Amino acid sequence: MSGYRLPAGGRVDRNKPVSFTFDGKSYQGLAGDTLASALLANGISLFGRSFKYHRPRGVLAAGSEEPNALVSVLRGPGRFTPNLRATNVEIHDGLTATSQNRWPSLKTDFGAINDRLGMFFPAGFYNKTFMWPRSFWDRLYEPAIRKMAGLGDAPTEVDPDTYAATYAHCDLLIVGAGPAGLDAALEASGTGKRVILIDEQDEVGGGALADPALWAWLERSVKALNAAANVTILSRTTAFGYYHNNFIGAVQRLTDHLPENSQAPREKLWRIRAGEVLLAQGAIERPLVFDGNDTPGVMLSSAARIFANRYGVAVGKSLALMAVHDSGWHDVFALKKAGVGIAAIIDARDDIDEALQAEAAALGIAVHLSHSVIGVKGRHQVAAIEMCANGSDVRRTISCDALLMAGGWTPSVHLWSHSKGSLKWRDDLGAYVPDQPNENCRSIGACSGDWDFGKGAVFDVLPTPKDQARIKAFVDFQNDVTANDINLAVREGFRSIEHIKRYTTNGMATDQGKTSNLNGLQIASTALAKAVPDIGLTTFRPPYTPQTFGALAGHAKGALFQATRTTNIDGWAEENGAIFELVAQWRRARYFPKFGEDMHAAVNRECRAVRGSVGIFDASTLGKIEVVGPDAAEFLNRMYTNPWKALEPGRCRYGLLLKEDGFITDDGVSARLAPDRFHLTTTTGGAARVLNMMEDYLQTEWPDLNVWLTSTTEQYAVVALQGPNARKLLEPLVEGIDLSAEEFPHMAIREGHICGIPTRLFRVSFTGELGFEINVPTAYGRALWERLMADGAEYGITPYGTETMHVLRAEKGFIIVGQDTDGTVTPYDAGLDWAVGKKKPDFVGRRSLARPDIVAAGRRQLVGLLTEDSKMVLEEGAQIVADTNQPVPMTMIGHVTSSYWSETLGRSIAMALVANGHAMKGETIYVPMPEGTHKAVISSMVFYDQEGARLHV
Amino acid sequence: MILIHCPYCDEKRPEIEFAYAGQAHIARPVDPDSYSDEEWERFLFIRANPRGRHHERWRHSHGCGRFFNAVRDTVTDKFETTYKAGEPRK
Repeated sequence: MSGYRLPAGGRVDRNKPVSFTFDGKSYQGLAGDTLASALLANGISLFGRSFKYHRPRGVLAAGSEEPNALVSVLRGPGRFTPNLRATNVEIHDGLTATSQNRWPSLKTDFGAINDRLGMFFPAGFYNKTFMWPRSFWDRLYEPAIRKMAGLGDAPTEVDPDTYAATYAHCDLLIVGAGPAGLDAALEASGTGKRVILIDEQDEVGGGALADPALWAWLERSVKALNAAANVTILSRTTAFGYYHNNFIGAVQRLTDHLPENSQAPREKLWRIRAGEVLLAQGAIERPLVFDGNDTPGVMLSSAARIFANRYGVAVGKSLALMAVHDSGWHDVFALKKAGVGIAAIIDARDDIDEALQAEAAALGIAVHLSHSVIGVKGRHQVAAIEMCANGSDVRRTISCDALLMAGGWTPSVHLWSHSKGSLKWRDDLGAYVPDQPNENCRSIGACSGDWDFGKGAVFDVLPTPKDQARIKAFVDFQNDVTANDINLAVREGFRSIEHIKRYTTNGMATDQGKTSNLNGLQIASTALAKAVPDIGLTTFRPPYTPQTFGALAGHAKGALFQATRTTNIDGWAEENGAIFELVAQWRRARYFPKFGEDMHAAVNRECRAVRGSVGIFDASTLGKIEVVGPDAAEFLNRMYTNPWKALEPGRCRYGLLLKEDGFITDDGVSARLAPDRFHLTTTTGGAARVLNMMEDYLQTEWPDLNVWLTSTTEQYAVVALQGPNARKLLEPLVEGIDLSAEEFPHMAIREGHICGIPTRLFRVSFTGELGFEINVPTAYGRALWERLMADGAEYGITPYGTETMHVLRAEKGFIIVGQDTDGTVTPYDAGLDWAVGKKKPDFVGRRSLARPDIVAAGRRQLVGLLTEDSKMVLEEGAQIVADTNQPVPMTMIGHVTSSYWSETLGRSIAMALVANGHAMKGETIYVPMPEGTHKAVISSMVFYDQEGARLHV
Repeated sequence: MILIHCPYCDEKRPEIEFAYAGQAHIARPVDPDSYSDEEWERFLFIRANPRGRHHERWRHSHGCGRFFNAVRDTVTDKFETTYKAGEPRK
């Protein structure tokens, strides 16, 4: 093509040249140019290669509906954005853009072989071809398809840019700042309403930007709106989605148009809640469907006018127009007056307004009515067109270097459809327009079908004497869908437009069919011999145009992706080399390696310390709920499986919580502080869930109970002191509590002071050793910890982490809810019969414990496992079989839930859920693992100190 | 994002403040032992899945913390009304 810069006109700044590169070559444009207008002005017609056939493609449109001219922009390391529309990329000095989908170069592309083989690539080609043999898929088909497929390249580095986000509220949100949107904003600016006006372009004005006669009005309007305190104008902002209750998502582009990368956020996500929404998004011109309609240089008629009037660029020296709509004639008249050469007007209609014909004659433009373009000559740019009188085979060639298409208009109903507003078909427009709103929303201007572009006719495929099966007439340019593909889909039995869309992929590219949906419908309508409204319309979904992941993620990345909860003692653990793990959102010390120990060595040392002297553990993450009120005991009695009413103040009890279906959901030790006050503990991960469940029962099932629940998890730091020397270490520091075995037995609680800090002191043990859990106000946690570390030095006090805690509890057969149970385990399955109050008339889950499936034989029950090879530590999650001689697939009778090396016992131990396990003590089972099958014997779950002698001292 | 009216706060708040809590008006039996296995199964597991009006429970988790009832249309995803727990079915 031979586009060039017109000597005058346009809104570009002719005093500000801008240098940029495209595919490594330098070009000059003007400030105000898009990449598309600047390249056209440099005579470039070839912008990219198509997705499937790798056909050469140019620019079709001038706005965000552009399907062909997709480019990648590189702004430095990690700042790579593929699939940008050249018509939306504002040029600046140093802009580095490249074309896509070609190798080795845009002009010589090996993938174009697909085009020659096009007859072998019909709709559904991949589904039909790559089915057999099955084994070829992984080795041959998929790698080959992957290499060829895809649109642009994915960025390979982490995006260094930052992205902002904000919420906004307004009475009136106007989407689209063309004449209709601006008029509405001007009207609203005189009211007290808070107004936000959004437009995706760098400059507001929409269609008015391509109409110099409106520029004075536009300038006045923008000035008035800028002066209005109640109006906010957001340009370079795309309203990409319309959600429930007038909630609109929009992305504002802040820095991409600037020559230098700045520290400022690149884009800003706006979440806008509006009282009323006015959609003024305009309409998109429809391409025409004929052989060769994708040749570079074939473009929308309105686009040529925009390039000339807004950017001062002629898209060619000699333009031909193929029209079925009056608007194309007006475009050509405007172009001619701007000094662009016009080769001919071809119109497929025979009845054209006399005034239009007179104006064409006055301008000296040749007119061919009842004619259609049937072919395009030229591969990388239009060289000539072939046309033919409708219904005849009299062909004629016209030389030109660009062909404009005026196929009528499609209202932009995308956001309207997102909001679930209904559409109605208008035969006179050959288009769907908004009908009934689903939100407080109105559609105004061209997107409501209200326009003055003149009359037009609707064609599916332009008349041609050529063999329909042999022409390449494109409907969806971005996904390379032709009219033949749609006809084929109908011939193969597809009837619903939703199915035809998915089979042919028409309208499924990143442009969501902005230029192709209606043509596709029209062709399907003809093929099915059904009216368009009887076929339906596919659904538009957000986003209106592709948006960056960066904008949607905003701040929620890296450390800010999710909150990390830390205890008051966390800083000490970090300073002392702890290796951490996440438990729910909590960061917990897993082990404290010394002198280059690995986890195994560190855990063994920590275990020895607890069993031999004293260990110290940060248990602050335990969930805590304060249950207060005259009915507190009654409430707990109904919630937990075991009885609570008789528990004396100062005593603790292990509580087991079921869901109503009878399965274990949480456990924990709780203490009665006073007749009407309990201190509950829950698992670390279950705290919120348990409080929610308790609130649910309290509020909705038993509102008559006078009980208050308060989450106190973060009120207390909890230091667990465990081991035979725990009491000796603690005694000198505690005031007001007698720590003797008689006065302060196992499972008791006392209130007093430690190091002068008020404390709730529990005598409890999750290790099987003499143990205390010291609750102090959170802010004192680290001070207490450091004092205990200092005073405990004489006992060789050893900090231990969650891994050691797991080993020690497993040696005692204490379960961890969520590890040894999985939501299908009852108290009986877990061997916790003793924790179920047999005499209680009711508690949550009680009735379910009598369900047929719960009392049936064969349930998986929790047991201990001792491997024959005592050094062998089984894999957690490994499956268990009864007999290794059975054929594969074997019957699996259970799985390993916990498995550790027990330093105390000098052998491995494991817990497992095994069918009928409780009745299988002493029986041998097998655990197949990748390197071989291991033999193990079913045992008691309590591996150490079965009598509990170490506890009661 | 839907706006939900909390009948306790008497305010419309964005849905991220709320948590869905299942079908409404399923009272826990006062005497579960009197339920047959079939009746208990129905209470535990069987839930309505209507096309249209659905009575359901929500909790204003990140607000007042109260559970309340709502009528929501499962086709349009619009709330018809919300009301306090204990009030009769609407």
